Amino acid sequence: MASYLAGRLASLLISLVVASIVIFLVIEVVPGDPAQFMLGLNAQPDTLAALRTQLGLDEPALIRYFTWIFGMLHGDFGISYTYRTPVSELVAQRIGVSAPLALLSLALTVIIGLPAGIIAAARRNSATDAAVMGATQLGIAVPNFWFAIMLVWIFAVILHWFPAGGFPGWNKGIWLGFKGLLLPSIALALPQAAILARVMRSSLLDTLGEDYIRTARAKGLPRAQALWKHAVRNALIPVLTIVGLQFSFLLAGGIIIENVFYLPGLGRLTFQGITQRDLITVKTVIMLLVFAVIFVNFLVEIAYVLVDPRLRRRA
Amino acid sequence: MSLLEIEDLSLSIGKAPILRDVDLRLDAGEVLGLVGESGSGKSMTALTIMQLLPHAARATGRVTFDGIDILAAPEAAMNRLRGDDIGMVFQEPMTALNPLKTIGEQVAEGIRWHRGSNRADAEREARRMLDRVGLPEAQFPLSRYPHELSGGQRQRVVIAIACALRPKLLIADEPTTALDVVLQKQILELLQGLVREDRMGLLLISHDLAVVAEMADRVAIMRAGEVLDTGETARTLSEQRHPYTRQLAMASVHVPERPAHRPHGTAPLLELRGVTRDYPLRRRSLFGPAGTFRAVDGVSFTLAAGQSKALVGRSGCGKSTLARMILALDAPTAGEIVFEGQDLARLGTAGMKAARRHMQVVFQDPYGSFDPRHRVERLVAEPLHLAEKRPGRAEQRDMVAHALHEVGLSPSDMDKYPHEFSGGQRQRLSIARAIITRPKLIVADEPVSALDVSIRAQILDLFADLNRRLGLAYLFITHDLTVARAITDEVIVMHEGRFVEEGETAVVLERPRSDAAKALVAAAPDLSRAIAQRLAEAG
Amino acid sequence: MSLSAEALETQAFWRTAARSPSFVIGALLSALVVLAALLSFVWTPYDYAAQDIPNKLQGLSAAHWLGTDQYGRDVFSQVLVGARTSISVALVAVGLGVGVGVPLGLLAAALRGSLIDEIVMRGNDLIFAFPALLLAILITSVFGPGAINAIIAIGIFNIPVFARLSRAAALSLWTREFILAARAAGKGAARISVEHILPNILNLLIVQGTIQFSLGILAEAALAYVGLGAQPPVPSWGKMLADAQTLVALAPHLAIVPGLAIIATVLGLNLLGDGLRDVLDPRLRRER
Repeated sequence: MASYLAGRLASLLISLVVASIVIFLVIEVVPGDPAQFMLGLNAQPDTLAALRTQLGLDEPALIRYFTWIFGMLHGDFGISYTYRTPVSELVAQRIGVSAPLALLSLALTVIIGLPAGIIAAARRNSATDAAVMGATQLGIAVPNFWFAIMLVWIFAVILHWFPAGGFPGWNKGIWLGFKGLLLPSIALALPQAAILARVMRSSLLDTLGEDYIRTARAKGLPRAQALWKHAVRNALIPVLTIVGLQFSFLLAGGIIIENVFYLPGLGRLTFQGITQRDLITVKTVIMLLVFAVIFVNFLVEIAYVLVDPRLRRRA
Repeated sequence: MSLLEIEDLSLSIGKAPILRDVDLRLDAGEVLGLVGESGSGKSMTALTIMQLLPHAARATGRVTFDGIDILAAPEAAMNRLRGDDIGMVFQEPMTALNPLKTIGEQVAEGIRWHRGSNRADAEREARRMLDRVGLPEAQFPLSRYPHELSGGQRQRVVIAIACALRPKLLIADEPTTALDVVLQKQILELLQGLVREDRMGLLLISHDLAVVAEMADRVAIMRAGEVLDTGETARTLSEQRHPYTRQLAMASVHVPERPAHRPHGTAPLLELRGVTRDYPLRRRSLFGPAGTFRAVDGVSFTLAAGQSKALVGRSGCGKSTLARMILALDAPTAGEIVFEGQDLARLGTAGMKAARRHMQVVFQDPYGSFDPRHRVERLVAEPLHLAEKRPGRAEQRDMVAHALHEVGLSPSDMDKYPHEFSGGQRQRLSIARAIITRPKLIVADEPVSALDVSIRAQILDLFADLNRRLGLAYLFITHDLTVARAITDEVIVMHEGRFVEEGETAVVLERPRSDAAKALVAAAPDLSRAIAQRLAEAG
Repeated sequence: MSLSAEALETQAFWRTAARSPSFVIGALLSALVVLAALLSFVWTPYDYAAQDIPNKLQGLSAAHWLGTDQYGRDVFSQVLVGARTSISVALVAVGLGVGVGVPLGLLAAALRGSLIDEIVMRGNDLIFAFPALLLAILITSVFGPGAINAIIAIGIFNIPVFARLSRAAALSLWTREFILAARAAGKGAARISVEHILPNILNLLIVQGTIQFSLGILAEAALAYVGLGAQPPVPSWGKMLADAQTLVALAPHLAIVPGLAIIATVLGLNLLGDGLRDVLDPRLRRER
């Protein structure tokens, strides 16, 4: 088990290093001169020179890369070019929206998707199964940002139950903040819940066909008992991987959904950074998001150990 | 009144009829052997008794267990019976246990479910049961997980689950088919002991007449969903009144006619010198040395042209690894494999082509050994790739037609796909593929062990016939001594990577000297011996 | 003789296919979208870019079947041309994934356990570790928005999907006896991969291809929605949604119509994929 964890940790670090290199290359090396890119074509030479110094462009790329990495390790993410404030402060403000949004969506996804999948598999070929499968088939096909627009139209424009967008901030009370994130997280979660339900169903059906389910039934366990005590936990193993991937999708999807609802989160920050060509902000936010995704996948692999004794090898 | 009575049982799944008018009877404490080839309906009979049939199955007739009408019993009543009064053991021990639960949990689960006992009591009971099936606490605490056990040990756990509540009836569906002969003997003895101690009725399902002859008081012989013959074991199998019983019994002990091999003084066709194969093991720690596992350990032997030799041993003894090295599908770590006077390791591309042309292979699984997307012509012609000059299209068709003819198939089969053939026909196809390059040696890895006995007898005849007509040399890799006895001149016994005994087949199998060979011979079920013993016991 | 056997197989395929509702509905929907895209090359009711300010924001009518947008452009014409954009971007992206991923997967499987296998698999893991949409946004924002960069950004994420799938499927085939038989017949790894492995994983690839195609449609729409896909005046469904968003109170049909087009396309492709899986792999269907 220790060696499994060590292996996973090593692969986590390698992924992070490679990811940072890729982001660095794409942002700082590929566009040619990042300062020129950020300021546009008709920039003043002295502004350009100032920015070049700020970015450290006089240094070789390798030095710049390590400066960036060591800075981040110390919590120094650089100064945003457009906001003139440390990126760490910008991120700290926005993460209070993006992280709850991703977590809320993930919770909704799991709470809706897993039971739907289990019910469909337990009642295979029934009307319930057909209804769940039909709904999920549709759910997978719906683009989340379109779903978000429809939710705004119905619940904000027509029914006036929710604000059409914006975020009141957590200091106005938990409930208001939660209400502000509810529609966006539903828009994010439902299509993902549809995917999860299908994966859960199919994994559970595979498991229900296993020999050990027959052994359990031969012991005298009724179908439902065999399902809950033997099939579900086994079926969750492949599902865990999907949940990990979905978190990554929810984070990235959140970036787009934040735009639909005008939420002041990391996604808005990214797009503002992109339109204003603020590469310092963009690379940091993207690196943070990638870190979150890689870290969550690491957690999923730890969860495997808890679920699956075959990974808990003794020395 | 008997413990189990089956009358006029018919079963269909969807529109397909599976069982027809099956009548069976089993008394308490009795062992009934249910024998038949694949598809005869043995397993479906068992699943009917358990009421664990597929959804589309419809059963008619009467199945009475201990006075209870099984076919009419509600699901809740069946749940009370299963695992308590009726236990069942399955064929495949590797997949029969839940990988995420400890063996203790899995044995105790049924006890808790049926008896409503608390965890501690159920675990105490489970412990006692695991001891009984030969898994003592010192090596096999309740906290073990299935992946920590071997196949034979897992089958013991399955038996412990089935017998934990001392059922009145135990159903064992091919309980040893996935195990090698030595393990088979151990498991059968275990079952025999448990059944005797607890006075259980045992329904033993097997394709192997010899196994049933050794175990069962009475036998029932099934074919195509019907019970053709039934009666007291020794009488039924020795008198063989029903023609199908006779056919099965003859096929089980079939020995093809073939002349003894006369060695002539030429150089050996194949010679192995000190061949060793190591596999790296997974590293235990990041910095520790990577260990190795020695699958084959310095073995040497020679095979003359036209000679037929068997390589026998328990599963995992290294015989298949050795076969792969001889076929140059894997390279030895040390030692030399010399074929037709040339070291395989030193052959260039052209030399290797020539060597492969003279050395072909027949595999175990007649279903897996053909690409399902190609036609027979292309499949059988595949080794022609090795020919010095690739034959033209017409010539290739001639060669394929000829090879098909040699193995008893029709040249018109050339345009069919493999799924259009039965298992036995497919094994004929593999042999056709193997002989198309006119090889001198055929390495056959368990070539008949996936086949039903009657088919297997025919394939053995074919091997003997080709040996006589084409002068082919054979190396049979097998765990089955009856195959070795039927078709080989000499036998090598392999154990843990080494050769422990070799000699003339008849001599080694009659008077084995090494422990490994003795164990193999003693464990191998033998129909004639079993019948003789039963008759002697009956007086 | 050989022709008739193939004809029989084709016939059997269509017979099974006709019995699968997923396949029939999916094939019809997909065909409809493809036809719409093809139709747009030769005919649209109006010029998709022609503005007609006096007739802006009209609802559904006989003149404008699906109404007009804020510049009075015909929505139906835009939807037709948008199908073209979506399909071509997604199709080329899938092609990129298949073209690079499948050979890589087959190579890794043929050289299993080797350094090359390790590198290919680690590379795949790495791409998977990136949130796909995020990197697509990154790529298109740095290299500039546009259809080509959208294709590359989406296609990159198709590579590991196909590499993994074909490696896993090929690996299980490599242990099969018919592959051993081919090796005993002296055939090399490359030849076996092409002659035996590829034909046997083709069904899987086709099914996965339709799924990736539908995911590509969704990804293209998302990129276009945030302004990083095909650039105006080329219409695309995602861009139409972005424009419609602010007008949803005034003219909801502007948001509903392109959304339904996306849903119909993705639904059709997914159903087609499911249906193909049923038809091409009877073993799977029996188990489900």
